Amino acid sequence: MQLVRAHILVCGGTECTSSGSKQVQDALAKELEKHKLDKEVKIVETDCHDGFCEMGPLVIVYPEGTFYVRVKAEDVPEIVEEHLLKGRIVSRLLYKAPATEEQIPGYKETDFYKKQQRVALRNCGIINPEVIQEYIARDGYGSLEKVLFEMTPEQVIDEIKRSGLRGRGGGGFPTGMKWEFCRRSPGDMKYIICNADEGDPGAFMDRSVLEGDPHSVIEGMAIGAYAIGAREGYIYCRAEYPLAIKRLKIAIAQAEELGLLGENILGSGFSFDLHIKEGAGAFVCGEETALMASIEGRRGMPRVRPPFPAQSGLWGKPSNINNVETFANVPVIIKRGAEWFASMGTEKSKGTKVFALTGKVNNTGLVEVPMGITLREIIFDIGGGIVGGKKFKGVQIGGPSGGCIPAQLIDTPVDYESLIAAGAMMGSGGLVVMDETTCMVDLARFFLNFTQSESCGKCTPCREGTKRMLEILTRICNGEGVPEDIETLERLGRVIKNTALCGLGNTAPNPVLSTLRYFRHEYEAHIFEKRCPAHVCTALLVYSIDEEKCTGCGRCLRACPAGAITGEKKEPHKIDPEKCIKCGSCFDVCKQGAIIRL
Amino acid sequence: MALVTVTIDGQKIVVEEGTTILDAAQKLGIKIPTLCYLKDINEIGACRICVVEVKGARTFMPACVTKVTEGMEVRTNTPAVIEARKVVLELILANHPMECLTCVRNQNCELQKLAEQFGIKEVRYEGAKREYPIDDSSPAIIRDPRKCVLCQRCIAVCSNIQTVDALTDQKRGFDTLIAPAFNEKLANMECVQCGQCSLVCPTAAIQEVDDTDKVWAALADPKKYVVVQTAPATRVQLGETMGMAPGSIVTGKMVAGLRRLGFDKVFDTDFTADLTIVEEGNELLQRIKSGGVLPMITSCCPGWIKFVEHFYPDLLPHVSTCKSPQQMFGAMAKTYYAQKEGIDPGDIFVVSIMPCTAKKFECQRPEMKSSGYQDVDVALTSRELGRMFKQANISVAEMPEEEYDAPLGISTGAGAIFGASGGVMEAALRTVYEVVTGKELENINFVECRGLTGVKEATVQVGDMPVKIAIAHGLGNARKVLDKVRAGEADYHFIEIMACPGGCIGGGGSPIPTDTEVRLKRIDATYTVDERMVLRKSHDNPAVKALYEEFLEKPLGHKSHELLHTHYTPRGICE
Amino acid sequence: MKLTSREDLKKLREETKALVAARSAEETKIIVGMGTCGIAAGAGEVMNAILEELNKRNIKATVTQTGCIGMCEKEPLVDVQRPGGNRFTYGKVKPSDVPRIISGHVLHGNIVEDLVVARFEEV
Ligand SMILES: Cc1cc2nc3c(=O)[nH]c(=O)nc-3n(C[C@H](O)[C@H](O)[C@H](O)COP(=O)(O)O)c2cc1C
Ligand code: SF4
Ligand code: SF4
Ligand code: SF4
Ligand code: FES
Repeated sequence: MQLVRAHILVCGGTECTSSGSKQVQDALAKELEKHKLDKEVKIVETDCHDGFCEMGPLVIVYPEGTFYVRVKAEDVPEIVEEHLLKGRIVSRLLYKAPATEEQIPGYKETDFYKKQQRVALRNCGIINPEVIQEYIARDGYGSLEKVLFEMTPEQVIDEIKRSGLRGRGGGGFPTGMKWEFCRRSPGDMKYIICNADEGDPGAFMDRSVLEGDPHSVIEGMAIGAYAIGAREGYIYCRAEYPLAIKRLKIAIAQAEELGLLGENILGSGFSFDLHIKEGAGAFVCGEETALMASIEGRRGMPRVRPPFPAQSGLWGKPSNINNVETFANVPVIIKRGAEWFASMGTEKSKGTKVFALTGKVNNTGLVEVPMGITLREIIFDIGGGIVGGKKFKGVQIGGPSGGCIPAQLIDTPVDYESLIAAGAMMGSGGLVVMDETTCMVDLARFFLNFTQSESCGKCTPCREGTKRMLEILTRICNGEGVPEDIETLERLGRVIKNTALCGLGNTAPNPVLSTLRYFRHEYEAHIFEKRCPAHVCTALLVYSIDEEKCTGCGRCLRACPAGAITGEKKEPHKIDPEKCIKCGSCFDVCKQGAIIRL
Repeated sequence: MALVTVTIDGQKIVVEEGTTILDAAQKLGIKIPTLCYLKDINEIGACRICVVEVKGARTFMPACVTKVTEGMEVRTNTPAVIEARKVVLELILANHPMECLTCVRNQNCELQKLAEQFGIKEVRYEGAKREYPIDDSSPAIIRDPRKCVLCQRCIAVCSNIQTVDALTDQKRGFDTLIAPAFNEKLANMECVQCGQCSLVCPTAAIQEVDDTDKVWAALADPKKYVVVQTAPATRVQLGETMGMAPGSIVTGKMVAGLRRLGFDKVFDTDFTADLTIVEEGNELLQRIKSGGVLPMITSCCPGWIKFVEHFYPDLLPHVSTCKSPQQMFGAMAKTYYAQKEGIDPGDIFVVSIMPCTAKKFECQRPEMKSSGYQDVDVALTSRELGRMFKQANISVAEMPEEEYDAPLGISTGAGAIFGASGGVMEAALRTVYEVVTGKELENINFVECRGLTGVKEATVQVGDMPVKIAIAHGLGNARKVLDKVRAGEADYHFIEIMACPGGCIGGGGSPIPTDTEVRLKRIDATYTVDERMVLRKSHDNPAVKALYEEFLEKPLGHKSHELLHTHYTPRGICE
Repeated sequence: MKLTSREDLKKLREETKALVAARSAEETKIIVGMGTCGIAAGAGEVMNAILEELNKRNIKATVTQTGCIGMCEKEPLVDVQRPGGNRFTYGKVKPSDVPRIISGHVLHGNIVEDLVVARFEEV
């Protein structure tokens, strides 16, 4: 009889079985047999080693008592060969003591959250948005209560004014002042409107607030209604946000049930009804006058201002319209005071702003930062820098109506005035990070293409002018640019900005004008040298093969879908420029770096 | 009204609060170009041709709709403003066919005028153009979207003034199209063919259907006996097509010109206007006496007729069964006159000159064939006749004064005032009064019928009968009256309705421009024509009397019914 | 139940606060990020997997949802909080990860290190 020199314990508990311990057992048996160890080493199936199930399947080798975790069938040969034959422990499978709670970093210790300050997003991701009690447990509706019983409308307006809160929907108009205009506007019927159209592609902060914390918007609107003297309100939410609409409906119903909306709220004598209007509309429906036309059931087209909504708004009545994020800030300001709010941010831009951080940055997502933070902090500290360690080139801020800020201005503080001065704008808060592989002409074309196709068509400069600008940009990208193009773009941009009827047209040239300002050389390269420095504009790319480097391996020849590459094996290959469709396949497959892209 | 002080180009002016920059500037003699703006009708600030610099404003402001505020400082002609306007205009031109030489609005086009004013020498922005097909489905109105500058004036006039809503803006952005909803054909819409859109369109994107070739062909045809009738309003507006001042009276010169064009006889629609009064006056009296449907509403305006057929078909029994003067003329020319002169009615070709586009539609209505032939062969607008004169090198201003031919050219002042809103009513009252009372009218001027008030109401004592009347012009105003009738809240006896603002003198076939100021001048001229006439009451017209004696026998008689009265078609709202 | 006075609201607030505190002292809470971003990344399936696993193993825990917390890139996010303990956020959770989270963390308090993003705290 042979001596058993080792026992291998394999856990046979349900947990481990379900994670594959049977396969591990089988593999062990096979492997032991293969190495003729099946006599010396014995496999034992054990009961559950309670408490380690999430680390299963577990394998324990005795007599040493080596504790292997998360063993897969593939790991078995290594265990047998290394541990049982050579006596070397497979350390990568060793059990490590689980981290204690304290060892896991808190949110504030992570790069992503370190510099964030969550005010508008205070409840998002924390409470269950479909349970009003969770909002109330976090002092929700306490500010409305305070306002109704302890403050006059004028005091509320004063508080908001002193807080320095400015509109988060793009324009940055002081919210308290807007409320005051509306309060002072004569009329017994007034409306308060929440702009939840969020049409900027890539922006989703309003959606997140509505989905994650609808009650803060409702409470903010109720406070606003009390301040301006409205008893009816509308939330205009884009129909493409079904979940936000669903949560809003639930929230409104729950608030109504508790008497936090409706007649005589909390016995204060103040009544407020709130309706949802779904806008299946275009981007321009986010413009306030178009939005109101759309609520009224008319075509969503902007009209000339003045009269401003505060004078003549919805159905000709004085109306106040604010963005989702603006309203979400209101309850906290009332709760914690204007001074607290004004302590965040800069001289003229108070509080925080939510951004949708996207593009070539490592940590993308929704970030809320104090105003005045620099772009560098957002991109490198919060965003964790550029993907793949590439070179940072610039950032498009403010969505398609915004502008491009180049790398050299990365220390620009993010506040309303600084961004305008840099040729961009706060906009709704889109923030797209670009690296060296972005072509700025192509980028401008991309954004202008969006605004151009969203132009409502009412006024000449926007309708006709953006089309001409887009045509010129397209030509430039196609290598058909002419020297006058730059001047023409600048002239058109200047005129459209100055003469268009609404904000869409007024801001549409921004991406073009700002890239012309900071990346003029790229335009010039396209026009004069017929070259795209970022290698993006296909029409301008030329592929050829460096004969010195080419080993004639034939990879490129096989990869080319157009049959444009010829060459004998082991001889330098050639690209026929006539046939080349500039797909870049050869460039990607060549291991010698012999493909030249110009 | 509070007053505010503003500074425009360095000059101070005090104006009423609510005044636009455009109007304030005009008071200072400062002109600002406009395109989409049409006072009281289209004030949407869309074209941006009128932008000015306002101190403190983030962008330029449209002068046409921006109201002045206290202390406002405006600059209307800085280099930046001029550059902006020029670019905006060039952008419009870049999307325009630029067919000026072959365009019907050549030399009478607001866009062309701006291009000249701005000294445009080239259009720097070339690219795609909006291409939509021409809609020539309607007998009266033709739309060429390629020439449209998207000013939306036509929409404003059709929707706000006429309340027909036949045109809307559709698609979006660069592809925007002004057309009937879903780009339906105009002929399939409730469009009443009033032509007001063609009157306000700054370009040739909407215009009348040109029928001059048909008339040239008839004139060239030796077999045809071509007679022409001229509508009451034509004599106070035709001169404008050839550069004469608005309100010039050109009756005799027009007659002379028509003779030189080669018409065999030059007659007057005023003659059948008188005939209409006799028939319609009697119809009214009969309705009053026999308890017929009241109020009775006039029927001379084909735009109005199509409107009531679409929107108020339930009120059709209120509409007089009398044909319009144009159609009465056609029927009389091809029966009474043909018989009298021994001409085969099949050889008679009746042309009418009208201030109206809807008349083109009317003369093609299937029921307008009581003579056995199409009663009126072609209806031309004043604009088209102006064009024919130009082609024939006939300068109206230089023509001698000539008389209409008898008998269908004999008329009274009552027929002449048909051209102005309230004129039919006034003419009818002159006759009804004398027929009912048997006494001669002391003052034949019923001034309560005149003027540009949208809805005019009055009670006129006819013997011991107080006759309640209402007059509406412009279909939006008509609606106000009709809604009252429909609701049973109107106790009028007689209502006059004209589709076009101001009546026929502001008709959709009138010379361009036709605005309030021009309308007022034509109205003045109309009453001058009336005053200059020897006979001013329709029933005094000797030719009308002879017509009854020789042919019709009596008003509302058997022949009248056959030839002078008609029926209507309830059309309802188009799907 | 309608609140008709400040006092009513105050009472409700206190009650809910007490309830929340009591619950978190007694029950394990599992919170799934169910914003549009979470759902798009598969939070719905993860939620189902959690419910199934709890059911299968007869484990008592409160499962609820919340909105987007900003780390959209790491969705689906699942938070676990044991009675009286900290709340931890797991990121990029797949349905197949669920059994590990349940048995390791929910049952035994062992944090699943390769999935954990951070210890939750208010920012
Ligand atoms: C083309 C265009 C689109 C807009 N879209 C939005 C939008 O989606 N959401 C928004 O809040 N504001 C939008 N705005 C700004 C609104 O007109 C308005 O200024 C804003 O809702 C006011 O709210 P606030 O003062 O709280 O920023 C848009 C403006 C323009 C010109
Ligand atoms: S700027 Fe553009 S979107 Fe705004 S009114 Fe003009 S055409 Fe419409
Ligand atoms: S003809 Fe008159 S009804 Fe027809 S579209 Fe023009 S304005 Fe409207
Ligand atoms: S058809 Fe004429 S009036 Fe109408 S929008 Fe076009 S240009 Fe203006
Ligand atoms: S005329 Fe003022 S905007 Fe068109």
